[in-house]
Amino acid sequence: MKRQIPIFLVFVFGVFMVFQYFSPHEASEWIYKFLMDWIYIIGIFAMALGIWSLIHVSYDKIKHKRHDWGYSVVTLAALFTMMFFGITGFNENGEWGFYFMTQEGLTNPMFRNFFNHILVPIETTMFSLLAFFIASAAYRAFRARNVLATMLLVSALIVMLRFNPYFGDTFGFYMNKTAAWLLNVPNMAAKRAILIGIGLGMVGTALKVILGIERGYMGKG
Amino acid sequence: MEFGTFLWTTLGAMLTLAIFSFLYKDNPFYKFAEHLVVGVSAGYWAVILWHNGLVPNLFERLQDGDWYLLWLNSSRPWYLIPALLGVLMWTRFSKKYAWISRWPIAMYIGIATGVAIPLEMANRVNKQLYATMSNIHWSNFFGSGFLDTAAGYSEVIVFIGTIAGLIYFFFSKAHTGTFGVIAKVGIYILMIGFGASFGLTVMARISLFIQRIQFMHEDWALVAFDKTNPNYSGWFPAFFWLVALIVIGYIIKEFIIYLKNKDKPKPEKA
Amino acid sequence: MTNKQDTNIFNRMMSIDRRWVFLLLIVVCVTAYFLPFSVPILVEPEVAVIHEFIDTLPPGSIVFLAIDYDPASLAELHPMTYALLEQCFRRNLRVMCTALHPNGPSMAEAAFLAVADSCRLDKTYNGEFFPAREVVNGVDYCFLGYKPYPALVILGMGTNFRLPFPSDYYGTPLDSIPLMKGVQNYDQTACVVNISGTSGTEYWISYGQGRFNFPLALGVTGVMGAEYYPYLNSGQVFGYMAGMLGAAQYEKLADNPGKAIIAMKVQLYAHFLIIFFIIIGNIGFFMDKFKKNREGR
Repeated sequence: MKRQIPIFLVFVFGVFMVFQYFSPHEASEWIYKFLMDWIYIIGIFAMALGIWSLIHVSYDKIKHKRHDWGYSVVTLAALFTMMFFGITGFNENGEWGFYFMTQEGLTNPMFRNFFNHILVPIETTMFSLLAFFIASAAYRAFRARNVLATMLLVSALIVMLRFNPYFGDTFGFYMNKTAAWLLNVPNMAAKRAILIGIGLGMVGTALKVILGIERGYMGKG
Repeated sequence: MEFGTFLWTTLGAMLTLAIFSFLYKDNPFYKFAEHLVVGVSAGYWAVILWHNGLVPNLFERLQDGDWYLLWLNSSRPWYLIPALLGVLMWTRFSKKYAWISRWPIAMYIGIATGVAIPLEMANRVNKQLYATMSNIHWSNFFGSGFLDTAAGYSEVIVFIGTIAGLIYFFFSKAHTGTFGVIAKVGIYILMIGFGASFGLTVMARISLFIQRIQFMHEDWALVAFDKTNPNYSGWFPAFFWLVALIVIGYIIKEFIIYLKNKDKPKPEKA
Repeated sequence: MTNKQDTNIFNRMMSIDRRWVFLLLIVVCVTAYFLPFSVPILVEPEVAVIHEFIDTLPPGSIVFLAIDYDPASLAELHPMTYALLEQCFRRNLRVMCTALHPNGPSMAEAAFLAVADSCRLDKTYNGEFFPAREVVNGVDYCFLGYKPYPALVILGMGTNFRLPFPSDYYGTPLDSIPLMKGVQNYDQTACVVNISGTSGTEYWISYGQGRFNFPLALGVTGVMGAEYYPYLNSGQVFGYMAGMLGAAQYEKLADNPGKAIIAMKVQLYAHFLIIFFIIIGNIGFFMDKFKKNREGR
């Protein structure tokens, strides 16, 4: 029961979706529309799982006073503050209040401020740290040890130098042409090989899932 | 810009500096900002999922029903089925009933894989293979100008490169003999591809940092001293200098610690 | 402990403390940012074709803009979004927009508000005068917002936008939005432009363009920049811009210089520095190898 029903469901829905693609009959279109409509709702509940588990983990850390538990207080406080602003706001007449079923919260100035002035700067800066790590990684790891590594290096250098104004008109022109050719021909061939490989792999895995050979999605038990 | 907005921007600038301090070493400012963003981001998701998800896609469709009848009397009661399936997802938290959550997951997996098979096959595999093979213009083999991407020879390189790249990934046969030679060509082509990716990745990462410089300068520092701003007051530069002093103070403190410890022997690294 | 051999100059060239690399990068970038010069931007055909396509659309056409990025890739993709939106509104095109990344909706919203502000001024682009205009939500643009599972949302919108999005981001039912009158699915839109920092692009290609055959253009981050050339070559994608360079090219085409064009000069010197470090590392590597070989003999 615990394993047969999911396998059966995957098979039925998977096969239906494949057939629906090839035979868009009125009846199958009708079912397709329903399924599409439903799947978003299921998806929202699934996404909420992630938020719940963050709350759970942080609460656990605070409760047992684990290492750095104080920061978990920050996380939880930020989370609930954001939720609070998301369900409060000003309506058309400028009255403040709780709005659960209408979207005033999304235009709440505090909700926008928290997003624009806390989430955006921190997230952008966190990723901008990668600029430094890639510079240091390039310096440490990019050695022309053999032919293959040299090809990698040369190709990267050509791409990095392509918009360089100091090469002069003639050399700059050839540099740009080379970079464009490199991206559009050999790079494209490489990426296409990977793409086709991934595509075949995905279709293979999808078939294995539908036929019940691949059952990793069920977890243990 | 109003003073309130400037205060928010100043907060953004401080948080930016807090994250950048990680480049020197891990510290409480960084950790604070890191945990703050996790909370804000999760809270934001929750609000978006509620207002853009559950409310329009579920509750509004059931709103003509009554909650004490579990919305069964609404005009579209069938929306209760996905809601029930969604709730079943939450059984994951129970050890005893976690297996029930497999039903909605199975439904999603079934639908997702079912739609993937024909579309992925058509778009990732067939159309790509078609483009590789049908586009070779033999009449224009040498093309025009330096390294012409539309020339026949480029298309031949694409053809050979793609096949060779695919053969390199084929591990069911040993890479020896002719097969090995083609696989070798494949790895060369792949390396050029990875090099191009790396070059572009460097560009991408650097641009993220440049955006932060632009933010600190244009959106924050310039605004602090912008006297053409109709809302300008002495508080703007005052707040700018306050943040600047905190940063300078932190740097001096770290420098003093560095000077004190300079002569002490460093612990051996493992 | 360190012995004499380990401290030779070449070895030191190979092992500069990474904090020096960091500091130099900061110094170079900040200096380049404040220096008054600009880098010429050469426009590539794959970017120009997007600009050309949108420029020649008849007024009133609907451009579908899919904004699938979060603040992490804002640096490269916001300039594209701004330039493109401004061009659409100046040309009196209508815009529909989704944000299929959970952290995306507020950024898309911010872009709409900022561009609407900018449209309140008279401007001249490429020698053509555009009078100030008011951009109205619901009439000139419709922001649909976010839904989970991008692949299935894209498929669902092919049947009807109302399937995944019964109402827009602000909770207005689609049927009561003037722009959405008579708009059912992608058939009523002129093209889809996907500006993305996630794998959502794959979905737009396979599940959107592949199934419903609309013209699709891509704007992606530099990290993804090399990946999508196969689709450009096979014609599944008609235009393509990648990273800050792509954004700068678009700004140049639209004659609307913004953050991307300024960023390119900093980019240039940052690249020089990284190349310099690569060269230093390689000189150290080769000289060290050479020396060890000689001593070995």
